[in-house]
Amino acid sequence: MNRIVIDEDRCKACGLCIPACNRDLLALAAKLNAKGYHPISIHDMDECTACAMCAIVCPEVTIFVYKQAKLKKAG
Amino acid sequence: MSEEQLIFKRSKALTDAYFHYCPGCTHGIAHRLIAEVIEEMDIQDKTIGVCPVGCSVLAYNYFDVDIHEASHGRAPAVATGIRRTLPQDRYVFTYQGDGDLASIGMAEIVHAANRGEKITVVFINNAIYGMTGGQMAPTTLPGMRTTTSPYGRDTALCGHPIRMCELLNTLVEPVFVARGAVTTPKYINRAKKLLRQAFELQHTGFTFVELLSTCPTGWGLTPENSVAWLERNMVPFFPLSVFREPAAMPAAATKYAPDLKVKDDAKA
Repeated sequence: MNRIVIDEDRCKACGLCIPACNRDLLALAAKLNAKGYHPISIHDMDECTACAMCAIVCPEVTIFVYKQAKLKKAG
Repeated sequence: MSEEQLIFKRSKALTDAYFHYCPGCTHGIAHRLIAEVIEEMDIQDKTIGVCPVGCSVLAYNYFDVDIHEASHGRAPAVATGIRRTLPQDRYVFTYQGDGDLASIGMAEIVHAANRGEKITVVFINNAIYGMTGGQMAPTTLPGMRTTTSPYGRDTALCGHPIRMCELLNTLVEPVFVARGAVTTPKYINRAKKLLRQAFELQHTGFTFVELLSTCPTGWGLTPENSVAWLERNMVPFFPLSVFREPAAMPAAATKYAPDLKVKDDAKA
């Protein structure tokens, strides 16, 4: 499954990743993190394509991206 | 169910410390790019960084390599000493802001470049003094409001901004001079290639990479608006380009060796 993992306590809620996501999957969460910011959160992980654009623009290196390995054709 | 692969992770050349930079400051992206280049080239154990004075004064907390702190603007001079005393397989880089490099450190950078020191200088240009509260820097754009130019930079009084890449490109010795930006994914990936190229060419001569960066706090804009502001206002004045690389050295960079025959000239 394509997914991202967000290290929420690093996030400073700058929001640079929100316009970077081509599918508009990211938004600031209602909760607060340890620094007192509203961390970024993804609301529909199934839509994520693991393009890593959010991770590339993140100044705090909070986002880890996992991409599903391609299925090998049988035979 | 096939396996998943970690395709983007925190570089090993970065420590686990949290960055102290303001939200949206692109110093973090520049740090990550340098760390990734160091990790990809597998030179973490033989890289020495030199930190400046400015927002990135605490960069030694974030890079997991040996780091030396320099006085304001003197990072190229310190890097020269490190380069000349340690074995030549080391990689030495400096990380400097525009107030550090283009203002108080102008003499050091120009002469380090002119001597052709085998170091990489990473120059973060955000057109303002960030750490001290947003004062006018040598790279501040004409008409740009800062705390020391509240009516905008007056070019009749303060002149126009300094373009460091173009300035250093007039010298003979540098082997790589380029300008990138760290704002959008396209620019960031390009900036990483420039840094990689600079580190690879470091042992042949002086390499210089300028990165246009945002300062949302100093500019008084949101992080997203500062990215747009940079592209609209800074990129036209500071064009993103590779000014010099070994494959395409400009005519100005040809080494001039005059045929000095003073006595013969006197006879004739």
